[in-house]
Amino acid sequence: MKNITTPISDEAIRDLKVGDSVALSGMMVTGRDAAHKWMIETFIKKTRPPQDDDLQVYEELKKLLKGSVIYHCGPVVTGLDTKDYKFIAAGPTTSIREEPYQADVMKHFNVKGVIGKGGMGPKTLKGCEETPGVYFHAIGGAASFLAQTVVKVHGVFKMDFGVPEAMWVIEVKDFPVVVTMDSHGGSQHAVIDESSKKVLDDLLTR
Amino acid sequence: MRDLTNEILELIRRTSSSLPPDVEKRLRESIEKEEPGSAARGALETIMKNIELSRANSTPICQDTGTPIFYVHYPVGWSTIQLKAQIRAAMAEATKRSFMRPNAVDAIYDKNTGNNLGGDDFPYVHFEEVESDELTIELMLKGGGCENVGRQYSLPDNSVGAGRDLAGVRKVVLDAVQKAQGQGCAPGILGVSIGGDRGSSYIKSKEVLFSEMGTRNEDPKLAELEEQLTKESNEMGIGPMGFGGKTTVLDTKIVGLSRLPASYFVSVSYMCWAYRRRKMTVKGEEVTYA
Repeated sequence: MKNITTPISDEAIRDLKVGDSVALSGMMVTGRDAAHKWMIETFIKKTRPPQDDDLQVYEELKKLLKGSVIYHCGPVVTGLDTKDYKFIAAGPTTSIREEPYQADVMKHFNVKGVIGKGGMGPKTLKGCEETPGVYFHAIGGAASFLAQTVVKVHGVFKMDFGVPEAMWVIEVKDFPVVVTMDSHGGSQHAVIDESSKKVLDDLLTR
Repeated sequence: MRDLTNEILELIRRTSSSLPPDVEKRLRESIEKEEPGSAARGALETIMKNIELSRANSTPICQDTGTPIFYVHYPVGWSTIQLKAQIRAAMAEATKRSFMRPNAVDAIYDKNTGNNLGGDDFPYVHFEEVESDELTIELMLKGGGCENVGRQYSLPDNSVGAGRDLAGVRKVVLDAVQKAQGQGCAPGILGVSIGGDRGSSYIKSKEVLFSEMGTRNEDPKLAELEEQLTKESNEMGIGPMGFGGKTTVLDTKIVGLSRLPASYFVSVSYMCWAYRRRKMTVKGEEVTYA
């Protein structure tokens, strides 16, 4: 088990290989479907003019994401009325939906890691090589367990996306993940997809 | 008519935070099949810790508290209008108490309603009148990750050489499992329906998931296919979370329907390991949970 704290250096990223177990600590930001679409359209491709507090949030995100990690997560949060937020269930969501956006977001903000589940495709893998960054796989569905590693909720952006889609700024301690895509072109997901396809093809001939 | 809002709230709490014993048992048994020190085994061990923690703290097993699917069997004389209103009130309260994540998003305007009530069909409620003095309410919470990897095939399907028979059904179900990889939060449970129209086929493929683990179809041919599909799915080596390993599918349940001469649909509903389903029974004054 390797211990890594955000912000993460390029050297530390290059050291990570597919199969490594990592305990992550430090600040990170949640972001999923609405957040990725919004970041791409408003700040990267600029097909949509910034509205409301967009530019202000952008400046904050630039500081928070540099060298840090995006977590694909739509948490269950208590304390919404009092803003004394606490994560009580916070496992990863399926990452592949961010495949069109992820590599560009990583490069734009210099994001060193993405946490999610199910893995991502060739575009993100290339993004991991170029940024450099890695894909950290968390255990899908282990929401109560993972929420316990979230020691503090520092704040939230874009609450108008709804609680699951908002961008939560959190601090974690020993958040357990496995590297399944590294910055050297390795992807456990591509390997398993190919080996299982071979077995399937054999089963289909029987 | 009796107000069951609080009892339904308790059903929601139990369903979201306490995995049924038959599912937990199957998951625990699968740990021994994975290599010590492997990512697959680590994933299953974390899953077991999470199950215990959620139950102890009444917190959601998974943050995606899913589509709430209610099946209500009611004796003659109960009002489905009132029961539905009570289910909806309980759902809003369960959301307030964080047993449920606000999960109903208006698909046109992208707005989350904040209380898990989204139009007439969210939560989904199915009513059936029964000749019995017991009212039962079953609830299944089906997460979006596994729902997204469900598939429907119209046979014949040339992509996998599947004809209009059980041999063809076998091929498309295995194809669905391979395509799902770990994305539906493997190890999964397969609900398969054969026949029907596109709508009824999908609905029945979920309904069959209300039965207990290991329940076999009464038709020996389908029972055999259920066993075979579980075994062959596990040969693909996808494993927990898609990390690679021996445990990809925990069980398969098949239901056969009538079809039109022209149609032969096979629907596969993939249920994640967080297979949340619970039941409450109301008999006289007594309310029990299973």
